[in-house]
Amino acid sequence: MPINYYIFLSIALFTIGIVGVLTRRNAIIIFMCIELMLNAVNVLLVAFSKMHHVAAYALDASTTVGTEAQLFVFFIMVVAAAEVTVGLAIIVMLYRNIHSVDINFLNRLKH
Amino acid sequence: MNKFVFLIPVLPLVGFLINGLGRNILSRALVSIVGCGTLIASFLLSLLVFREAAAPGFVPMVINYFDFIHAGGLDIKFSFQVDQLSSLFLLIITGIGSLIHIYSSSYMHEETVPHFARYFAYLNLFIFSMLMLILGANFVIMFIGWEGVGLCSYLLIGYWFKNNDYNNAAKKAFVMNRIGDLGFLLAIFWMLSQFGTVSYLELFPQVSSASLYTITCITLLLFVGAMGKSAQIPLYTWLPDAMAGPTPVSALIHAATMVTAGIYMIARSNVMYSMAPHTQDVITIIGMATALLAATIALKQNDIKKVLAYSTVSQLGLMFVALGVGAYTAGVFHVMTHAFFKALLFLGAGSVIHAMHHEQDLTKMGGLRKYLPITHITFLIGTLAISGIPPFAGFFSKDEILTAALQKNPIYYVLGVVTSLMTAFYMFRLYFLTFSGTFRGTDHQAKHLHESPVAMTMPLIVLALLSIVGGFVGVPSVFAENAHLLSNFLNPVLGSVHSTSHEVVHLSHSTELMLMGVLVFLILIMIFFASRKFASYQPSEKEESTISKFLANKWYVDELYEALIIKPIGHVASFFNKVVDTKVIDGFVNGVGKSVQYSARQLRLLQSGQVGSYVLIMVISLILLFIFQFFWKH
Repeated sequence: MPINYYIFLSIALFTIGIVGVLTRRNAIIIFMCIELMLNAVNVLLVAFSKMHHVAAYALDASTTVGTEAQLFVFFIMVVAAAEVTVGLAIIVMLYRNIHSVDINFLNRLKH
Repeated sequence: MNKFVFLIPVLPLVGFLINGLGRNILSRALVSIVGCGTLIASFLLSLLVFREAAAPGFVPMVINYFDFIHAGGLDIKFSFQVDQLSSLFLLIITGIGSLIHIYSSSYMHEETVPHFARYFAYLNLFIFSMLMLILGANFVIMFIGWEGVGLCSYLLIGYWFKNNDYNNAAKKAFVMNRIGDLGFLLAIFWMLSQFGTVSYLELFPQVSSASLYTITCITLLLFVGAMGKSAQIPLYTWLPDAMAGPTPVSALIHAATMVTAGIYMIARSNVMYSMAPHTQDVITIIGMATALLAATIALKQNDIKKVLAYSTVSQLGLMFVALGVGAYTAGVFHVMTHAFFKALLFLGAGSVIHAMHHEQDLTKMGGLRKYLPITHITFLIGTLAISGIPPFAGFFSKDEILTAALQKNPIYYVLGVVTSLMTAFYMFRLYFLTFSGTFRGTDHQAKHLHESPVAMTMPLIVLALLSIVGGFVGVPSVFAENAHLLSNFLNPVLGSVHSTSHEVVHLSHSTELMLMGVLVFLILIMIFFASRKFASYQPSEKEESTISKFLANKWYVDELYEALIIKPIGHVASFFNKVVDTKVIDGFVNGVGKSVQYSARQLRLLQSGQVGSYVLIMVISLILLFIFQFFWKH
């Protein structure tokens, strides 16, 4: 499959994530949209990595070029998982305090 | 000898430091001892220096102490020059200074100790600055002393600083001197750029290579400095006001020494002045005009010190005439004799004021002859000396100036004679009003009239003796060939100029003697008139004539300056204050503050607290940055 398809998929996912963050008021949905953006980046990483590896493999069968990004994706997933735990904890505390997960109520820093 | 020359100015400086810093600790006697002692010590040193300078085969010497300014091609050394001219001035300043210090220790005894010490500190600082002025081997060192004496003059005029009039007089003196100092400073810069040096010994030989224009400008600028310091038209009005200071200060600073600094400076740079005939004409005319103007004003003053002040201005004018016609020796000679008799007259006036309990109005004196015998005799000697009666000191020096003026131009001679006659008249008016007739003061004053203590009469007697014999150092060749000791003495410094004045008409001895005789006769007539009019003076209610009112009001010069200079400057200042400062500058500063406040008030609305809007702004900004980067690269 041409690389363009992966790029279009990634852009679509990322845009959905951004629009979700901008338009939704529910903190959990916003959180999910952020995860969506992260995964859009992951898709791109994997796609480019594969592309590079195929190109290098054609010249030298023992090459490892292009495999690093595959590893990076796992790092990103691990970091994202850690972030999710922290984020969800914040949201839980938020709900306990204001009995809502609507971010428009979170304007106390203004004062 | 050169090992201790530096001590001459340093000793008064030490006295200044001791008295100035210890004014709350020292006793009155200690202050007097330190103040007078340091000065007498430097007088003795000056005597040694003078003896050396008078010895045959003496070569002028320059003593370098350290590099004062050393930058690029500019090299100004801190050095003293000892030659005939400076050693003579050293003697005058430290000698008369010592006498006046001794006099002051008695005259100022009413002051509290800290103020007494402050007075002596200022006086010693003045002597230090004056000696720097005299001893400096280049114009920069002279300028340091020049500024120092101006400062001390300001401090001492405003010595009784609780009286606001006195403070104004001090400020006036300071500002007028600053105007002159600017001229002096510009002259120094011009000399530096033209010749690259301000040292006398290096500068004067180079002068002949400069153009007439340059020399004329430099000498004129130097003369502007002299105008301010030596109270010449148009900068003379500060000197009569300077009489606000204590009387010994008037005697020392505003009669005997500081005001002659301008004459010293011009005599010192005589090589340059002899090459600038236009400047010489300007000096002669201004000197003559000042001499006449001040003499007419002195005719109608009723304040004993004001008469003497205008008389000083007038005599300074005569000295400038001498310098202007190229008779530098005569000018310096008159500085010397004038220092003797004018210090004597001022100190005598101080003695009278002391006896009269600070009354200075002549119309309230009279008949003091029998109460103040010593003051009377010495004052009479001073009056005779300033009037030009032989054989007193003033006769010889004034006659020399008049002879020199006659050789240049008979008009100068006639005007000089008129000035001398007026001098004789107003001085004897002063004398008769003070010492003859009946006492016109209050009974309280009459009861307390007393002769001054010995510390005050001793300087009077010494100065009176000097006023009698001082003239014999300059006996003109009419009486005895080669008897002009001063001229022979000063010849190495001032001698070169006599050959350059080419228009000299040599007078025969008989003409000269006849002129002297006529002059003395006329002066005696003036004295006779003065005695007729004022010997038994009684105040009358008679309406004064227009002319005498005009003279009594000093030609309305102060009012003229007020209207021509001070008022317009005041208007300009208030314009700048009201329009430029409050509107333009304040408006700009406040405008900056207001615009910052306004923009802050608008920008803070962006901080809404809505997370969504923050994110939106962030996303839009990122997109804009990407777009910007995209177009920037291509």
